[in-house]
Amino acid sequence: MIRALSRDEVLAILEDVKDPEVPVLSVVELGVVRDAAIDGSGHVTVTVTPTYSGCPAMRHIEELICEALQLRGANGVTVRTVFTPAWTTDWMPEAARAKLEAYGIAPPGRAASGDAPDDALVPLRRAGAGPRCPFCKSPNTQLRSDFGSTACKALWVCTACTQPFEAFKAI
Amino acid sequence: MAPAALFTALCRVGDDRLILGHRTSEWCGHAPILEEDIALANIALDLIGQATLVLQYASAVEGAGRTEDALAYFREAVEFRNAMLCELPRGDFGVTTVRQFLHGVFSVLQWDALSRSVDPTISGIAAKALKESRYHVRHAGEWVIRLGDGTAESHARTQAAVDALWPYTGELFMQPTDEADLVAGGLTADVSLLAPAWQQQVRDVLARATLQVPGDGWMHRGGRDGRHTEHLGHLLAEMQIVARSHPGAQW
Repeated sequence: MIRALSRDEVLAILEDVKDPEVPVLSVVELGVVRDAAIDGSGHVTVTVTPTYSGCPAMRHIEELICEALQLRGANGVTVRTVFTPAWTTDWMPEAARAKLEAYGIAPPGRAASGDAPDDALVPLRRAGAGPRCPFCKSPNTQLRSDFGSTACKALWVCTACTQPFEAFKAI
Repeated sequence: MAPAALFTALCRVGDDRLILGHRTSEWCGHAPILEEDIALANIALDLIGQATLVLQYASAVEGAGRTEDALAYFREAVEFRNAMLCELPRGDFGVTTVRQFLHGVFSVLQWDALSRSVDPTISGIAAKALKESRYHVRHAGEWVIRLGDGTAESHARTQAAVDALWPYTGELFMQPTDEADLVAGGLTADVSLLAPAWQQQVRDVLARATLQVPGDGWMHRGGRDGRHTEHLGHLLAEMQIVARSHPGAQW
């Protein structure tokens, strides 16, 4: 150990740690990594927040974070989990959204405006257009299922090119 | 604040999600269509995830070294505090859909109330779970309308499900007397106050589904104090068998 990692260096290393289920996004772009702090001995504490309460990838993500930082010079790593503020896809930067679409997953719409104004506690009818097809870019898409292969995605189909595709749920 | 009271209150919140999550997971590989198989497995995963977070905190509050896994796998039926609605057999797809909706609307209201808890762990877990539960209600509510306002067969089955489950909904809003200090201190929420909003949304969706709301007759009670239907024991036998047969096993 020559010197402790800086916070910027830690975040740069974490940009290389990909979500195992969406390998085109880093854990920073996904919004899972909330902060990093380094003490005088070079010990790194990474603050994370889970995507979904039951996301089975979270423990694996923590292991990947520890492994990446230890390989790159951290003198021990602690992963601290916080629940506040609650994770939202609204944190995802534009560049990450573009990467998702290029990978074939429609990026999430705005979570805050996802529901129609309605007196009901939980509005059932959806307002606004769905995601555009990540393949042919047609706006003519239909929801096939609210849920998909992972907790964070739903299943859609493009009525123009008939290609089924996954879309990130806006939450 | 008595830790025992908070522990019990947290078990009531966590056990609802654990037991309903297990029941929902029983559909994995059995749902009528592939999309619903995936949906129900996803919902089960969310519910069990919520239960894990709440029971982890219950474990810390109790301070007796029982982890969330120990609470899930090594308690007896009389120690569970879930509402009986959650433990009833999964029934047909109509029963499962109606239960997900009836409990889901309650869940949204309860998480919303708990998201204002003065306890930051409770409010943090609740704010997160609220988003998931809203998504679940939207899904279940759309299915209730589709099935109720569907064919004669789907209507009859869904109406039968509403009639069978309705007497178990009253318990959701019976505020346990042993939580009075917790509610007064702003830690937990008084569930009796959630009933009007629940009635409004449930009646609205049932009306759109052309389903009749049963009269408010006898309501079962007991789960919040550990008195359950015979179904919970059978559910636990299946849920707990591996952990109890191989204590300490890792996989």
